[in-house]
Amino acid sequence: MIPGVDGFMYPNEVELQWSLLIVLYPYITGLVAGAFILASLERVFKVEAVRPTYRLALLTALAFLLVAPLPLQLHLGHPERSLEMYLTPHRSSAMAMFGFVYLWYLTVVLLVEVWLEYRADIVRAAQTSQGLKRLVYKALTLGSENVSPRSRAIDDKVGYIVTVIGIPSAFLLHGYVGFIFGSVKANPWWSTPLMPIVFLFSAMVSGIAAVLALYMVSMKVKKTPIDMRCVDTIARYLFYTFIIDFTLEMLDLIHRTYEADESFRSLDFMVHTKLFASQVVLQIFMGTLLPLILLALTQLVKLTAGKRKAIYASVCPMILVGIFAMRWNVVVGGQLFSKSFLGYTSYKLQFATREGLLPAVGLMVLPFVIFLVLVKLLPPWEEKPAAGGQSSAFSAAARN
Amino acid sequence: MRQFLRDSGHLIRPAVILLAGLGIFLAVRTAFIPKAFGEYGHYDPAALERIRARSVSYAGQDQCVLCHDEQAKARAAGKHAHVACEACHGPQASHALADDPSAHKPPLPDVANLCRRCHEKDAAKPKGFPQVVTAEHSGGALCNTCHQPHNPHL
Repeated sequence: MIPGVDGFMYPNEVELQWSLLIVLYPYITGLVAGAFILASLERVFKVEAVRPTYRLALLTALAFLLVAPLPLQLHLGHPERSLEMYLTPHRSSAMAMFGFVYLWYLTVVLLVEVWLEYRADIVRAAQTSQGLKRLVYKALTLGSENVSPRSRAIDDKVGYIVTVIGIPSAFLLHGYVGFIFGSVKANPWWSTPLMPIVFLFSAMVSGIAAVLALYMVSMKVKKTPIDMRCVDTIARYLFYTFIIDFTLEMLDLIHRTYEADESFRSLDFMVHTKLFASQVVLQIFMGTLLPLILLALTQLVKLTAGKRKAIYASVCPMILVGIFAMRWNVVVGGQLFSKSFLGYTSYKLQFATREGLLPAVGLMVLPFVIFLVLVKLLPPWEEKPAAGGQSSAFSAAARN
Repeated sequence: MRQFLRDSGHLIRPAVILLAGLGIFLAVRTAFIPKAFGEYGHYDPAALERIRARSVSYAGQDQCVLCHDEQAKARAAGKHAHVACEACHGPQASHALADDPSAHKPPLPDVANLCRRCHEKDAAKPKGFPQVVTAEHSGGALCNTCHQPHNPHL
């Protein structure tokens, strides 16, 4: 018998084609979309309490967006060929069209919004810094040093419009990933119209949790007190979004169980065996129920700030691991069973190969490296205004 | 109005960069996409010529039997009658089409792995197809110790 295979597998099902890198891809794009939605809370929906994380969320989204296509390129090989997707796109291919969504989101939405938000800071840095740094900031001003209150007010209006356009773009960015899986009609584990919506809400959950964790870690590193009003508000939105996400996932589960089509026994068996640890333990209990209970506690019971902080600090990693497990269960889980519904294969994760654990860890570390560079270049913290100078908090003040 | 234009003038700069990027993209597109792209389908029709111009790797069955008569007869009489010579021996155009074929002698196939590519036991294969668990079947002996590869009866 073939090692790792139980029962009847068709020959082309024995080896998994979509590896750990394809798990990373929706995970990373999800973090982008989620972080951007959190940023839009302040910008469009005027949730003033989350202002301390606005810039942090934008930089997080940018850092992860820059890395988002890399897992795909590494998985497919021949990265130079990816340009063909832009030159001769096939209009019937969702993947080809997504290339343009990605480019639109990166250039028109995220880069423009970051530039508008940071313009006053960039101009000030260009005027006060020296040497190479000055050159970099000069280039980032794009040759305009006009930061008069009127021009900043115009920036704010344009930034608002860009964010409004950005919300459906972020939805499209991540909805697409779910759409790709949801439209594989030959695979009952994936083929459901709920898939894009489930992916979207789980993306929002993971992005919000990532920014909340990054904010708390940043404050710890900077030895600055955490703005409890801010983290409480983010946690409240995280809780609401998570409830919707959990409800949708349960709706999918209940529907599958009730419908009990010809694939049900096979999928049910898989969840109880090969996917038990990653789905039942990691995704549902550790990654969903436990964080939901803890977040509910912060909403229902009066807890001290220290306890709330401890809960948020433990809930965020749990959620991030849980959502990663969800991506794993979708991508890998969907390839473990046979279309005959009579056999199961195994996924053996390699280490130092092109699609192994090592490059995957590298790809997960890379956004944080980019994030650190971005934070160094464009500090997201609201600094105290220099005498007579423009404050970095100016942009926020201009909005009021 | 003039004041408004002055205060919003900086917005023209990213717009110009984006438009310049779009312009470069369209120029690159025009330069790189072959003229006849899409004539027969979603591909470059000149690719057909390019593929045709590549050197041949496989000589074909008819070339092999011209010289290897004994093996051809054995193969035609057995279960491997419909298995092409180069399916096991690999592409042999460099050997068969050479002026001196003996100067391009192909290496013997790696029997330890060759046979099991088709005959290793797999639940997905039709029941009538000869298949064995190689680790248990021969006790480590090579397949051609007992079987004739060209006509694989014992």
